[in-house]
Amino acid sequence: MSKLLTISPSPHVHTSDSVNKIMYRVLLALLPALVWSVFMFGLDAVRVTLLAVVSCMAFEYLIQRFIMKEVPKITDGSAALTGILLAFNVPASIPSWIIITGALVAIGVGKLSFGGLGNNPFNPALVGRVFLLISFPVQMTSWPVSQHAAVDALTTATPLGILKEGVKSGQPVSALMDSLPSGMDLLYGNMSGSMGEISALLLLLGFGYMLWKKVITFHIPVFVLGTIFVFQGILWMVNPENFIEPVFHLLTGGAMLGAIYMATDMVTSPMTHRGQFIYAAGIGVITVLIRNFGAYPEGISFAILIMNGFTPLINSYVKPKRFGGTN
Amino acid sequence: MLKTFKLGGVHPAENKLSADKAIEKLALPKSVFIPIAQHIGAPAQALVKKGDQVKVGQLIAQAGGFVSANIHSSVSGTVKKVDMAPDASGYPKQGIFIDVEGDEWMESIHTGDDLVTDFQADSKAIIDKINVAGVVGLGGATFPTHVKLMPPQGMKAEMLIINGVECEPYLTSDHRLMLEKGSEIMVGIRLLMCALQVNKAYVGIENNKKDAIAHLRNLVSADSSIEVVPLKVKYPQGGEKQLIKAVTGREVPSGALPIAVGAVVSNVGTAFAVYEAVQKNKPLIERVVTITGKSVKKPSNFLVRVGTPVQDLVDAAGGLPEDTGKIISGGPMMGKAIASLEVPVTKGTSGITIMPAPEAKREVMKSCIRCGRCVTVCPMGLEPYYLMTVSDKQIWDKAETNRVMDCIECGSCSYTCPADRPLLDYIRLGKGKVGQIIRSRKK
Repeated sequence: MSKLLTISPSPHVHTSDSVNKIMYRVLLALLPALVWSVFMFGLDAVRVTLLAVVSCMAFEYLIQRFIMKEVPKITDGSAALTGILLAFNVPASIPSWIIITGALVAIGVGKLSFGGLGNNPFNPALVGRVFLLISFPVQMTSWPVSQHAAVDALTTATPLGILKEGVKSGQPVSALMDSLPSGMDLLYGNMSGSMGEISALLLLLGFGYMLWKKVITFHIPVFVLGTIFVFQGILWMVNPENFIEPVFHLLTGGAMLGAIYMATDMVTSPMTHRGQFIYAAGIGVITVLIRNFGAYPEGISFAILIMNGFTPLINSYVKPKRFGGTN
Repeated sequence: MLKTFKLGGVHPAENKLSADKAIEKLALPKSVFIPIAQHIGAPAQALVKKGDQVKVGQLIAQAGGFVSANIHSSVSGTVKKVDMAPDASGYPKQGIFIDVEGDEWMESIHTGDDLVTDFQADSKAIIDKINVAGVVGLGGATFPTHVKLMPPQGMKAEMLIINGVECEPYLTSDHRLMLEKGSEIMVGIRLLMCALQVNKAYVGIENNKKDAIAHLRNLVSADSSIEVVPLKVKYPQGGEKQLIKAVTGREVPSGALPIAVGAVVSNVGTAFAVYEAVQKNKPLIERVVTITGKSVKKPSNFLVRVGTPVQDLVDAAGGLPEDTGKIISGGPMMGKAIASLEVPVTKGTSGITIMPAPEAKREVMKSCIRCGRCVTVCPMGLEPYYLMTVSDKQIWDKAETNRVMDCIECGSCSYTCPADRPLLDYIRLGKGKVGQIIRSRKK
């Protein structure tokens, strides 16, 4: 027989799914929210997104090529995804040099210093974001007004910011309701905030797409949002004058963006559904604690990073249900 | 809701190309190579030597112990030599080469196609006949059937489960057998029930074989002791433990045999072989083999004599396709890639799958992105990514405590990994090493 045959162990077939497909599908799922932020914040949103994506990919290429001396893998889509998530987590008015610095920290420190895709303990985009928030607090919390808003101002406060300031100054929640956006505005995203976090509805649309394509499972987002809802709901029932009703917290800040797109980062979240439950509950609890009692109005970034840190521990102690076993 | 097993599982493309192809008798080969180890357990001892004349069905190698099986000649002719040659595993194995002359059967074998339903309800006599005929599990594991029918002291079988799942993609030999030899299989099932002294049998069939389900249901309509159970299509449902779970809801404990939960599992092919052994005095010398593949001209199901070279099957199916990249003995999930078409069909060969070159090559492995899909699909509830890591780093105690020995090697993890990581390759490595360590500890 003249033919050369391949000899390899079973299995001899493979799913058509791949890392690249997963990454590109998440990017696709984020597209509607990106379109919304361009609608809200105009060309600034395009500028920030492009800068973030291009510089993340460029830093990944340069570091892999010249420092790590390996074949650059920027086509796998993970650097682009980090870029888009970083852009989604900053105000659209952010100066260009700051977002480029954020990209360098996200890719260089958050991802490649640990060995690249799959080895980073913390979500790279959030590492970049938190670095920027702590280093450039003014620029990172100056929220541009939507180009469709009727008010004559350059910056405004986020709903969570208004709430935090109000409660801090001793006002009851009921007195603040007038200055907060209505339920419908919160749902489709007519408010100020980070670029990609404002439209809960479009972020949920992307979630539906990712579930349909089996990119992620429902577990982490549902557990995170469920925990926020339940914990905030308990606080609200105990003292409605100090704590706002729970749906407000689901629709504001980075709750949706964080729960659906950041907490679900595969590399930094637990492997088993049981572990994911613990992880997601932790994110929900810490988020509510920071939002209500912490110094910052928003805390889901910190919550995710803190639980990222627990992921290896969860993976080693929370085992899946074994077949024919008692645990 | 159709029944199925709970933990894990995947659904690869079914590709049952030969499902509507009736079983054909393959022409007699010119020569055969019959390995003396075609089963799990001790190899048989050859009884013939060069120059001996043999008939079809003649005992040519005697079982080499309790867990072993007789080997019979599948052809008539002259023994050319007793020598080593590679089988599907790729390793040279002892076997008997026979040049085929005519087709002369042993007189004791009933060769007619008539259905013989009556039998004496004598457990021991049935098991003896199965033993003498060299019947082994035809689902692939080739465990000697008579051993399975004699549970260890203190264990009692409550039920027989017949495996008609055929969850491997491409393969259709069991499917065709159920359609064409349903009545014989039913007699075989009754024989097995009698041998085990149980009064309940289930036949598990996946729902992609609706015609087989309907046909067998029709045949057992009057008999409430045999129940046909349609199952949701999910790989690896044909795994013994998964099938028991799907049909009865019971879980075989880690490290235990199915008998621990009162079940004995046999393949439909085995039930047919039992029928032929007991009712026709016919040893296991031929079986149904699917020859299939996307580029194969005529995907078919052939009745093939044991020892026939794979080449004969390939020729009968229209020759080896131009774009062949891999030839698999068995199906694509658990089959073995073979290096040569001279490899013989043995008792455990359920099919030959020919893969086109583009599908035959593995993708380059990428970094694990820790998506956890291998954990989700593992039907044994293991963590393949972790077992791969500890096997790679040779941390054998961790591999053992994380139950590497529970792995059934179904390949769902490697199949599903988006980073193309060869998880099962490493887990096999770990299993081998940990198995060695456990055995040396017992000494």
